[in-house]
Amino acid sequence: MGYEILFFIEVLVGGLLSGVMYSLVALGFVLIYKASGVFNFAQGAMVFFAVLSLVGFMELGLPFWAALPVTVVLMVGVGMATERFVLRPLVNQNEDTLLMATIGLAFVLEGLAQLAWGVEVRRLDLGIPDVPIMWLADLTGIFVSTLDITIGVVASVMVAVLALVFSRTKVGLGLRAVADSHAAALSIGIPLKHIWVMVWAAAGIVALTAGMLWGARSGVQFALVGIALKALPVLIIGGFTSVPGVIVAGLIVGAFEKLAEVYIGPYFGGGIEGWAPYMLAVVFLMFRSEGLFGERIIRRV
Amino acid sequence: MNVVAHPAGMTRGFPIGEPVLELDGISLRFGGVHALTNISFNVLAHEIRAIIGPNGAGKSSMLNVIGGLYTPQEGTIRFHGEKLSAMTPGKAAHLGIGRTFQNIALFKRMTVLENIMAGRTLYTRANFLEVALQLPRARAEEIESRERAEEIIEFLEIQHIRKMQVSRLPYGLQKRVELGRALAAQPKILLLDEPMAGMNVEEKQDMCRFILDVNDHYGTTMVLIEHDMGVVMDISDRVVVLDYGKKIGDGTPEEVRSNQNVIDAYLGVAH
Repeated sequence: MGYEILFFIEVLVGGLLSGVMYSLVALGFVLIYKASGVFNFAQGAMVFFAVLSLVGFMELGLPFWAALPVTVVLMVGVGMATERFVLRPLVNQNEDTLLMATIGLAFVLEGLAQLAWGVEVRRLDLGIPDVPIMWLADLTGIFVSTLDITIGVVASVMVAVLALVFSRTKVGLGLRAVADSHAAALSIGIPLKHIWVMVWAAAGIVALTAGMLWGARSGVQFALVGIALKALPVLIIGGFTSVPGVIVAGLIVGAFEKLAEVYIGPYFGGGIEGWAPYMLAVVFLMFRSEGLFGERIIRRV
Repeated sequence: MNVVAHPAGMTRGFPIGEPVLELDGISLRFGGVHALTNISFNVLAHEIRAIIGPNGAGKSSMLNVIGGLYTPQEGTIRFHGEKLSAMTPGKAAHLGIGRTFQNIALFKRMTVLENIMAGRTLYTRANFLEVALQLPRARAEEIESRERAEEIIEFLEIQHIRKMQVSRLPYGLQKRVELGRALAAQPKILLLDEPMAGMNVEEKQDMCRFILDVNDHYGTTMVLIEHDMGVVMDISDRVVVLDYGKKIGDGTPEEVRSNQNVIDAYLGVAH
């Protein structure tokens, strides 16, 4: 194989693997959006809160395999507390009110995390080497790191499980019902509380996973809050309500930004990786505003 | 209106029976506003019971008390003779009290079939693993739910729109889908909040027919609020009349029609 093609494949694979991580972050948004019709401003804060707590527990002396379940329990607890103290008092309120509540929640979580664990940047060592897999490199000439592959596999499994839960079970149906009408959902016996706790707990666990994978690569720091912004183009392209949509869109965004950086970047003096996905999102907004798999929203006038 | 309830000579599927719901001395206040004051009445099994009254009489409040949305400050509610305390909408659903809403509350992003299937929530027990692996219980539930939903769809004559997203349907059909979703839960008592509000004459006639058919076929006890006096008098077995949160009449449509208080408060002025 020619060097050009090998290089292209390497860039593409790298892009797709980071795309899986975008999908994972975006998935947290989709879960909450489906259950409440609300863009959850606190998703980035949840990522930060989750992984900082994990690192914090490890610093207290817990080994990784003990700290992980403890953090999972903590995130479920955060989900339950959110239901009890934020959502329950706001039942039957409109979506704008809930949106504002998630902004407040973001500040609370960011503050709590830093109050409990401090503000300095931490390293998260998952024990997975971030070096190219040599046998793969020898065999094909493509350099991919073990960490990248691990991230890709973990994220894929997580996405698959969630997609299955929310498309095939009554939780999934309940979720969509709750998003449309609280009163109607209650009237047919859908347990609003349980659905919300489950969704927020799931979003918390997704946030933890995303935080771990990102944190292992770029350090556990406040900047993680900003990865929520990375999810925006993914959500716009994939559609806010579609689990398969954000998976595909994450891959598209990941591959597009890396390829754009390498092949188009030089014409702009480089550094287009940062904004190329947003350009793509704008194109989608112009021509297909509901996203690839989103539901067309029809409003009667 | 040419829909007549149970014309003479025709026996109904489920004869009217014992009281299933007894409200005693219900008072509901919102701050200083007395929405309901000392209201007592009962609902008999398999009957169609209407609550009427001018605007602001407390009809919706009354229905929401039964549905567990509002908790009255005073009074007791008995369901099959058992006193209910701390009602919630969820509890009402579990007891078999279904409802529709004045301003349609459908799951607007779902199809007609999905909305009606959602009405089966109380009857699905299979957990995630059972569904994922398609174990017998999950399969049996799915089949049962689908059969029920299809039966209701046929009953309400909405086969042609079963795959359509509900937000695209005209108002009258949306109301019918909402009735279908409530029926899917096989309620013992069905609360209908202005089922015919905003409908044209034809849609009203259809809705009347379906209410009577449901009552006749499934024996569902109905409590309904309605503005249109003609409709109420035609399809109800008994009528409660409220005015300013107080009960001013209770009886058969004929009795209510000849009640002087009712005539003064409602028939005389409105319409």
